Amino acid sequence: MDTSAPTPTTMTIRAASLYYGIFRAVKEINLCFRPNVVTAIIGPSGCGKSTLLRSLNRINDRVAGFRVEGTISLGDTDVYAPGTDVVDLRRRVGMVFQRPNPFPMSIFDNVAFGLTLYAPPTRAALAALVEDALRASALWGEVKDKLRRPASELSGGQQQRLCIARAIATRPDVLLMDEPCSALDPISTLKVEELIAELKCSYTVVIVTHNMQQAARASDITVMMNMDAVDRAGHVIEVGDTDTIFTNPKHPQTEAYVSGRFG
Amino acid sequence: MRLRQGVLAQSIFFTAAAIVAISTAALLLFTGSRGLAVFSFMGPGEFFLGTSWNQNDQTFGVLPLLLGSLLTVGLTLLISGPLALGVAIFMVEIAPDPVRRVMRTVVELFAALPSVIYGLLGLTLVVPWVRVITGGGLGKGILAAVIVLVFMTQPTMVSIAEDALRALPESLREGALAVGATRWQMIWRVLLPAARPGLITAVVLGTGRAVGETIAVQMVIGNITSRLPESLVRGATTMPAAIVTQLPEATSPEHRAALIMVAFLLLLITFGLIAAVRAAGAIGSPRRPTRRRRLTPTARPAAAKGAIDV
Repeated sequence: MDTSAPTPTTMTIRAASLYYGIFRAVKEINLCFRPNVVTAIIGPSGCGKSTLLRSLNRINDRVAGFRVEGTISLGDTDVYAPGTDVVDLRRRVGMVFQRPNPFPMSIFDNVAFGLTLYAPPTRAALAALVEDALRASALWGEVKDKLRRPASELSGGQQQRLCIARAIATRPDVLLMDEPCSALDPISTLKVEELIAELKCSYTVVIVTHNMQQAARASDITVMMNMDAVDRAGHVIEVGDTDTIFTNPKHPQTEAYVSGRFG
Repeated sequence: MRLRQGVLAQSIFFTAAAIVAISTAALLLFTGSRGLAVFSFMGPGEFFLGTSWNQNDQTFGVLPLLLGSLLTVGLTLLISGPLALGVAIFMVEIAPDPVRRVMRTVVELFAALPSVIYGLLGLTLVVPWVRVITGGGLGKGILAAVIVLVFMTQPTMVSIAEDALRALPESLREGALAVGATRWQMIWRVLLPAARPGLITAVVLGTGRAVGETIAVQMVIGNITSRLPESLVRGATTMPAAIVTQLPEATSPEHRAALIMVAFLLLLITFGLIAAVRAAGAIGSPRRPTRRRRLTPTARPAAAKGAIDV
């Protein structure tokens, strides 16, 4: 793995294990998510990919019994330190979920939501920021004439891009995506993948995916995870350049997984 | 055979629906015709604008009853609505599981208490308390009725509001938190608007209970019909309380007709509230063009057979 000095927007995981109650769901993770790089996390169902991703912005705190051992940090902020402001952390670490989850309000208000939570900008500035986010998520052309319409009127793919717009409107440092295309049709998937490739210019992107082609197309670094056969805890099998992982993997499990022989 | 069963089931459902429709119509027709008879004894102006309802001198102005109901229900709503909303939010979003379970049991208990028990508690606890804080008087009046009604409407409002909030998908909460909303911002800006139809239903149905509540109110409000309500702690009345108090001793046809007219007004108000609930439900479900596709003529017979979910 790249060992250059971490920047303020690098997410670093050191010796982290994630627990649900007494069950260790993910163990001994050492990873580094770098800016301007798309890191894909792949692996079979139940190997803890989503748990790992959801621990990065502490959204998994909502799950009763969830706890973390080891350290996860954003820049030099310890994510799980007692004094960490979770709300501020989530403003810096945006997230896009598996299923589009637009709020039941207008398209404009969905994107503006995060911007108006603290020190709301002026109307004009807000409109400009919303437009920027919608342009960045490649949705502007499709919705610019119906910004006041309910977001529920958009198609699934449009809704997911709206959720991406909502996540990037507040200019986070890191963007987490939890299988962002699993509920989308192939054309929408392609659009979102193109979008991911553009987003990496500005963000640290971490994407969990079940779709091997997607990892191969959209990511620069791939992390292969699997469940330990003995203690059923997810762990990292192999990390490397996406090209290497897919063409010349070192570990036999990775080789079997990316060639579609299990998982 | 299957076809036969279908016909049988259909005719059972049709009969049931017809019974409901006919009895509703009969109810309206009966109270309407008997109640409107009051206008053969007095003009509508005298009835609707009269400020005294006194059976001894045969004046039946409905305003003391109407205003009494309005004040009682309005004040109940002002207190009960926000309170129920707060309790529901606490139960769904804040309270740990054991606390929530206890609260749920309490709410169900409150819902199961018979009205007369509420009236009794009002009479033995609330009325004396009102008497003490006002320093004299009987203690019976709108304030006592409102306090009793707040407790009576809580179960309806809380349980419906709680269901409405609980039914919201977890993804909405996570979505709001993930862009940096605090828990309160999530509740105020996302959850409450999303649950609005259910919350309105909760408040309106609670209001319905307050409007129609008879015996508990009658026990604590003092039942003064002869003048407009002049203070929250002096005797007053509401429409149902006046009916139940006076109907048994209404011997003159004018008096009976006037009371039945009050019942008719009460019915109309109730129907109005139900219409409000339905309208509230419609707010939350925006008509999606894709779902309301107009059927082509060829598709229509298929739809009639239930092959297409219209």
